[in-house]
Amino acid sequence: MAGLIEIRDMSKRHYQRGLLSRAQGGVLAVDRVSFSIEKGSVFGLVGESGCGKTTLARALLFLDPPTSGEVLFDGTRLGGLSLRELRERRRRMQIVFQDPNSALDPKMRVRDSMEEGLRNLRVPKLERERRVRKLLELVGIPSEHASGYPHEFSGGQKQRIVVARALTMDPEFLVLDEPVSNLDVSIQAQIVNLLLDLKQELSLTYLFISHDLHLVAFLSDGIGVMYQGRLVELAPTGEIMARPVHPYTLKLFASVPGFAEGASGAEGASGAEGAGPAPGKDSPAARGCPYFASCARGDLACTRVEPRLIDIGGGHMVACIKEIASADADLAHSLEGGKR
Amino acid sequence: MRFLLFVLKRLGRLLLTVLLISTIVFFVIRVIPGDPALVIAGVDASKEDLAAIRAKLGTDRPIGAQYLSWLTAVARFDFGKSLSTGQPVTRMIFERFPLTLTLALLGLAISIVLAIPLGILSAVRRWSVWDYLGMVFSQVGMAVPSFWLGILLLLLFAVKIRLFPLFGSGSIRHLVLPAVSLGFARAAVLLRLTRASMVEELSREYIVTARAKGLTERMVKYRHALKNAMLPLVTMAGIQLGYMLGGAVIIEQVFSLPGLGRLFLTGVYQRDFSLIQGGIVFIALVFSLINFAVDILYSALNPKIRMG
Amino acid sequence: MAETTNGALLDVRDLAVEFDSRGGAPARALRGIDLSIARGEIRGLVGESGSGKTVTSTCVMGLLPTPPARITAGEVLFKGRNLLALSAEERRRVRGREIAMVFQEPSRYLNPAFRIGTQITEMLELHLGMRKAEAFTRATELARLVGLGGERKVLASYPHELSGGMKQRAMIAMAICCNPSLLIADEPTTALDVTLQLQILRLILRLRESFGMGILFISHDLRLVRIVADSVSVIYAGKIIESAPREELFRSPLHPYTRLLLLSIPAARNRGARLRVIPGRVPDAQAVPAGCAFHPRCPLAEELCARVMPESREHGLGHAAGGHAIACHFVEKKWPD
Repeated sequence: MAGLIEIRDMSKRHYQRGLLSRAQGGVLAVDRVSFSIEKGSVFGLVGESGCGKTTLARALLFLDPPTSGEVLFDGTRLGGLSLRELRERRRRMQIVFQDPNSALDPKMRVRDSMEEGLRNLRVPKLERERRVRKLLELVGIPSEHASGYPHEFSGGQKQRIVVARALTMDPEFLVLDEPVSNLDVSIQAQIVNLLLDLKQELSLTYLFISHDLHLVAFLSDGIGVMYQGRLVELAPTGEIMARPVHPYTLKLFASVPGFAEGASGAEGASGAEGAGPAPGKDSPAARGCPYFASCARGDLACTRVEPRLIDIGGGHMVACIKEIASADADLAHSLEGGKR
Repeated sequence: MRFLLFVLKRLGRLLLTVLLISTIVFFVIRVIPGDPALVIAGVDASKEDLAAIRAKLGTDRPIGAQYLSWLTAVARFDFGKSLSTGQPVTRMIFERFPLTLTLALLGLAISIVLAIPLGILSAVRRWSVWDYLGMVFSQVGMAVPSFWLGILLLLLFAVKIRLFPLFGSGSIRHLVLPAVSLGFARAAVLLRLTRASMVEELSREYIVTARAKGLTERMVKYRHALKNAMLPLVTMAGIQLGYMLGGAVIIEQVFSLPGLGRLFLTGVYQRDFSLIQGGIVFIALVFSLINFAVDILYSALNPKIRMG
Repeated sequence: MAETTNGALLDVRDLAVEFDSRGGAPARALRGIDLSIARGEIRGLVGESGSGKTVTSTCVMGLLPTPPARITAGEVLFKGRNLLALSAEERRRVRGREIAMVFQEPSRYLNPAFRIGTQITEMLELHLGMRKAEAFTRATELARLVGLGGERKVLASYPHELSGGMKQRAMIAMAICCNPSLLIADEPTTALDVTLQLQILRLILRLRESFGMGILFISHDLRLVRIVADSVSVIYAGKIIESAPREELFRSPLHPYTRLLLLSIPAARNRGARLRVIPGRVPDAQAVPAGCAFHPRCPLAEELCARVMPESREHGLGHAAGGHAIACHFVEKKWPD
């Protein structure tokens, strides 16, 4: 079923500065990722720093277009559009970042920040003001404060303003990249509730990116786990919580206290610490599974075969040759058992 | 290994710069109105004389050939003969260079000795007597032109009180006053940078850690903060040396020192093209070498950059 | 025979700190903090930003800059001695040697110009008078202890050459090198990835086992505190409003703020339901509400709460080994749910 957002085999390659780097091939920040987000749902993307989730978000919105693969918004391929057509689509896809301080121009009044996008669309003044007022009220900022400057507001309020600003364009799709990470727990709760209400009222679709697994699981209908630019596991939230399969997912879940019961098998910590996951270089030696080096189950076969996402039932996709084999074996076993 | 590559890259840049400057010099000289042959021979020279001189200078050949022979000359460091004295330009330069270099180095030394301790003190004891002293010093230093200071010093210490010789060269004593007037103005800038750099480092988080470790204030300031604060100062000192060499020109005039600056100045007055050309390329080379040395020194000190 | 301080390693009593602000009311960062840590105990200090947790730790360390800050009341008893009464030099000797601190962002809190090994050995040389060779051996042991594989290489490295997790371990090694009795960990895992967080917490627990040091674990993340702490103190607007053994705090929180805080944390299993929200926000230190600082946001608040600041009282059966203390007028009151 086609979702509002469809990502097919998307890759994003980063080149470092310098002429030599281009010849060496650069770094694959996002590696052939595919998934779709249904209209009206929340898709959660988790992974640690450097896994590529922010790069993916930016590539998806064509802020930093992908180097290969396709992004479809409401059935239309974004890559094939003219600049004008792309701009029109982009209006319907907005993003909220982590740090409201860098998102808001400290020298602009809040209402000017918010009106900026509308002004570019040549929306008449009266209509602009009306919309800004309405949206500020919607996020819980009294409209009298619209003439204030960002520094006059608290962190939580600033983040609400950023959300309201994203909404001025009347989007259908909102990417939220760590929107509450910088905020205190009690403020987080306010913003999260706000996001839930807005989704309901305005029929929004969310891509929610966060390192806080609890929060992601709380909000999302489906979760994707990223590791070194690749999507290693993808499933509806309930399914992945009950039965996490990929070794990295297991490790991730086990590291978060009180998270998934199904992850109790894996050990969160493993002895000595080498360098953390570094963005993989696309060289012959780095083929195969990117998680091999840290994986408890990996063997030689893992370095030769490229794990692709395979459906193991119920919309649950995993990219691990070991787990697929054992899942298959389980399935075969249970089928045989049923036959007898 | 990476460091070696880094050094080589910088060396490459150096050579490129010199090449570029040489090319620019070549073309600029040829663009300037005025025929050197005329200058040499005089206004009412005969056509044959002019042609002969041109042949000798090589200015009658096609421009490409002239350029090539110019480049080879630069590579061999042979700038021909001075049009005014007839001596080989290279020899003239090397005769006078040591003096100017010594002057510049002395000026830099004085600058450093004046600025850095005071700058550190200013930062460490902000708003104290030392800090105000430093601020006054830096303001005065920046406002005072070096030649004016030079003349003043001459009046005071060479005329009124006969502590130093009035002119001439030959001993270090002759260079003291010039070096001081050269170094004084530049010290002001260095002082400000030192203070700012130290203040910035002292406000960093690792200083909190240093204190939390129970280190003495002395260790915190003069070991932890200072090492980091020194970095930008190294670059600045290198740039200052360049200025010193430039500023030496004026100072040499004031103190009648037979240095490089005076040589080139005279060359310009006399339209001594060979000398001017050679001078410019030489200065470019010296500056590039200084930048190169500063780059290497900086990366040697800053572990983050060492990797290229 | 009960000792006056119950053999407490650290006993902060009624600590009050104010910050002068130019032209305006002073910011009352701490308004009477009571906190105690026994030897070998891990106490969690939980609070949101602006609640005063960092000021508390800074004050205990003696790093409070006393021109803008003023300690207006209270004592900080460490092994019986009031640290606030010591001279600057005496306090310096306590720092690093007996009380050590681990900070939040190791990339900023480590000196980029010195190798890791040097940053450790300088402490050993200064505080314990070790010679270079001896100090280096000890540093190698410490590196191994905190789980830094390849000790020699790590000690010879500069901070920027190490990953985030390794830098944090290096900071921990630096902190414990002189065998301090008290370790203050200020949000030590906040800047780290999730998979590293657990490793660092386990390390901290291991350190407590091996060295028996008391640990003050400061965090805004209640879930982390639950893993690592023996007892928890909750700080709000410069005052400890609740303090209890860990499980008791999480299973039966009493103070309205604690309860609301726990309810506002998203848990995967509560998917779909709205989060409980505490209306309003943490008060500015310059404008702390009169009476109970939490009363403007409290669902149980009554007229008394706006007038009189509640004192911290033992609730229920107070056991000898740290009971459940809470500062609220209406602990028993029913919630208007």
